[in-house]
Amino acid sequence: MVQMDEIQRRLIREVADLHKVPEGAYNFRANGELAGRQSTKNIEITGKEDKSGIDIRIKDGTKNESVHIPVVLSESGHKETVYNDFYVGEDCDVLIVAGCGIDNCGSQDSEHDGIHRFFIGKNSKVKYVEKHYGSGDGSGKRILNPVTEVYMEENSAMEMEMVQIKGVDSTKRETLAELKAGARMVVQERLMTHGVQEAYSIYDVRLNGDGSSADVVSRSVARDKSYQKLDLCVLGNAVCSGHTECDSIIMDEGRILAVPSLEANNVDAMLVHEAAIGKIAGEQLNKLMTLGLTEQEAEEQIINGFLK
Amino acid sequence: MLELKNLSFGVEGNDIIRDLTLTVPDGRFVVITGPNGGGKSTLAKLIAGIEKPLSGQIILNGTDITDYSITERAKSGIAFAFQQPVRFKGLNVFDLLRIAAGKKLSVSEACQYLSEVGLCAKDYIDREVNASLSGGELKRIEIATVLARNASVCVFDEPEAGIDLWSFRNLTRIFENMRKNEEGRTIIIISHQERILNIADEIVVLADGKVKEQGPKDEIYPKLAGSELAEEPCGRLA
Repeated sequence: MVQMDEIQRRLIREVADLHKVPEGAYNFRANGELAGRQSTKNIEITGKEDKSGIDIRIKDGTKNESVHIPVVLSESGHKETVYNDFYVGEDCDVLIVAGCGIDNCGSQDSEHDGIHRFFIGKNSKVKYVEKHYGSGDGSGKRILNPVTEVYMEENSAMEMEMVQIKGVDSTKRETLAELKAGARMVVQERLMTHGVQEAYSIYDVRLNGDGSSADVVSRSVARDKSYQKLDLCVLGNAVCSGHTECDSIIMDEGRILAVPSLEANNVDAMLVHEAAIGKIAGEQLNKLMTLGLTEQEAEEQIINGFLK
Repeated sequence: MLELKNLSFGVEGNDIIRDLTLTVPDGRFVVITGPNGGGKSTLAKLIAGIEKPLSGQIILNGTDITDYSITERAKSGIAFAFQQPVRFKGLNVFDLLRIAAGKKLSVSEACQYLSEVGLCAKDYIDREVNASLSGGELKRIEIATVLARNASVCVFDEPEAGIDLWSFRNLTRIFENMRKNEEGRTIIIISHQERILNIADEIVVLADGKVKEQGPKDEIYPKLAGSELAEEPCGRLA
């Protein structure tokens, strides 16, 4: 049974788009405790014995199934590190939705550090959606430091949607991936910081097998006095193709350091990087204003579209 | 009725519009032509509110809108098609049409505006308005956003610039339909194209920031025909 209060339900809605208990496998974690768990015939979720966290085992050939593992923190001062391991079998096609919502109305810092490891079997396809959200007007900080490790077997595919749009005071996001032959990874990161927030996003994607490919794209917006460092690196160690891109909008007194980088260790590695930082173009605002929006509405539309 | 009274505009001491006065009655189709650098695009931007005049007045249906912002002018019924359409990362064609219409738009309504400019809604509605679209496609979408505005005064800044073959052949038809559908609608087009000049009620020749000539098409057009102010399209496009 899932027992949660109104704040927790709201956080769950924000991070997992869930209004009720989802179909398929799930694991809800609230303030460090298990609030609900369900395994299915093909997807087994078990708690770790030696540390905090869960193991998710997906059987070979599991198709069109989903796993939801949202985490909510609504107690000020709660700090946790959680280790979740996903073992995806061969020939699977699954959706994994994770996410963390923190509501901190108190004066102590709340922190959730999720360490996620994915072991993706041959020919399997995974879509991973991760949303982070913070709310509450206490002076305590909302801190999220996710680490994501992805190990991809031959001809597997991973599509990652990483979104952190609101309310997280401090974040250091680290993502590491190793791809074998024919494996394909697509990352779309969306980041928005405001106030005096700081966000560090680090990607280290290693293309180790022939025919592997990666496309790592980060779109971000830094408002107010926030700071972001985007460090996206793709390494080509085989006959492979990689692309990394940082595309950012700065507003107010926001600051961004974008470091898309490449390392080629094989003469047949084809790698490309791009980066752009700029404020919202005046002509974009003008165009939307000629359509009847106010300057502020135009700005919102542009940012919403950019982060969509 | 749109009245421009003694408008002046300049940048860093260079006069671009000099004491210009022009009246456009409701329902009139006016094409403004003139040599490059004569102030045509600036005049269009002054009407849309993108530039503010140094002196003079802009009056729309009796209301002085000189100090109105771009948004306020849009809300009072002025629509403006940019010469160089603006690109947006993340906003798609449907978003733009929805914003232009100022209401929730059904796919079939969006389809109506897009088919008017020769684009199939099915192919375009979800397309991002970014560099993946060609100049001609962007230009047609720009025109579709003006159609969706359903405004009483529509200003087009060189709608023919950078368009492809299809658009060129159909541009005049779009403008004629706009008039047919809404009789009181005023259309102001900045253009050099003789085909567009040819469907005007009135032609204004702008040079050195002033109205050099203004009158019915039949009176002004013969004076311009064959000059650079009324270019014929390339023979192969005709």
